[in-house]
Amino acid sequence: MSSDTKKVLFGPVVDNNPIALQVLGVCSALAVTSSMANALVMTLAVIVVTAFSNLFISIIRNQIPSSVRIIVQMAIIASLVIVVDQVLKAFSYQLSKELSVYIGLIITNCIVMGRAEAFAMKEKPGVSFLDGIGNGLGYGAVLMVVAFFRELLGFGTIFGLEVLQLTQNGGWYQGNGLLVLPFSSFFIIGLIIWAIRQWKPEQVEED
Amino acid sequence: MSSNKETFGKTLGFVLVICLVCAALVSIAAVGLKPLQTANKLLDKQTKILEASGLLADAGKDIVGTYSKRVEAKMIDLKTGTIIEGDVNTFDERSDSRDSAKSTKPTNDIAGLSRRADRAVIYLVKNEQGQLDTIVLPIVGGGLWDLMYGFVGLSPDFNTVQSVVYSDLKETPGLGAEVLNPKWKALWPGKKMFNEQGDVAIKLVKGGAKQGDVHGVDALSGATLTSNGVERTLHFWLGDEGYGPFIAKFRNGGLN
Repeated sequence: MSSDTKKVLFGPVVDNNPIALQVLGVCSALAVTSSMANALVMTLAVIVVTAFSNLFISIIRNQIPSSVRIIVQMAIIASLVIVVDQVLKAFSYQLSKELSVYIGLIITNCIVMGRAEAFAMKEKPGVSFLDGIGNGLGYGAVLMVVAFFRELLGFGTIFGLEVLQLTQNGGWYQGNGLLVLPFSSFFIIGLIIWAIRQWKPEQVEED
Repeated sequence: MSSNKETFGKTLGFVLVICLVCAALVSIAAVGLKPLQTANKLLDKQTKILEASGLLADAGKDIVGTYSKRVEAKMIDLKTGTIIEGDVNTFDERSDSRDSAKSTKPTNDIAGLSRRADRAVIYLVKNEQGQLDTIVLPIVGGGLWDLMYGFVGLSPDFNTVQSVVYSDLKETPGLGAEVLNPKWKALWPGKKMFNEQGDVAIKLVKGGAKQGDVHGVDALSGATLTSNGVERTLHFWLGDEGYGPFIAKFRNGGLN
């Protein structure tokens, strides 16, 4: 893998993370992170949607009339999201039931739209596709970290497997009710952003 | 961006083509995956019905086989309580309850339904010998965030509870969604829905039901509104505007 490809693919994971640096897509990061299984499926869905919307938009980037480009991008993204939703309903009914509206709301995820507008409209299809995967990975990395802490400390489980036995099931661990609620992700995302910026001080914004 | 693609006609044409391609893509996905989705939905429902009748562990992986062997669906008219003819497979409570010709506004809408479908499909579950073992009644009622859909499994005396199983809800994980916790579900079997006067007496008790209280079940801690919702849902559906007439008709046998 050339260093350019690597940068496009893995750059968004830490160096240019869509959630931690650009602070996009936070809404869904709050909603779907109560369990790791949900977060993983959401991550995969976003990777697929971002990658393919980048690919298709990049293929037709020179034909898209600039006056209607946002609408065209939205039509492509929305179609992809519906297809992903349908596939989930067909092959993973239980998870699609749990994620319910949040899969549909990928349409409004700023990361997808942001990459289409900022990257795919200018770059070649191949590299746009990789950029889509990369940003999906960056989004997913944050989601998985948030979900790890929320599921472990809120429910005492990891991927549904019991790690800390809850008092309501006869164990010793009193589940943290705060982390069960969506807004607790704000704290965890905040801590993640702090940790990344301690590690990479160049991400800190000037006052 | 060159100006030649910015003419009105070209823009319109481009948008039309994009719309057609996207529409085709979405339609193919929706139509092509429909059979799988329907099968999933049916399997999910059958799983819940088997769970409500306590057969899920026996069924193992063979949900469809066990279901078809042991469960019989019947359509009933809620107002009169009689068993009527009707296609139990295509009946959809949610679409019926939105259709004013097929639903009624409850006079005492404690479950927060606003409209209740006139018909219902109930499930008669037989034991190995073919005798009626459990009656599974679908229930629906408001929780904290939205309607909660589920099933209640009753013994043939229509009084002894076998299970309360929710299948579809949007309650808060860890709080209201604890209605799905096996520990809480295990509190239900053996409780009695009705008191000696024949009134619905089941209640969810905050802080825990007294030992030996056949009508009391522990409420969910931190989820008062969901607990109230469960209690009201049961009171509604076991009452006169729910399965009351049906229960009155068949309480002393006659179903099989």
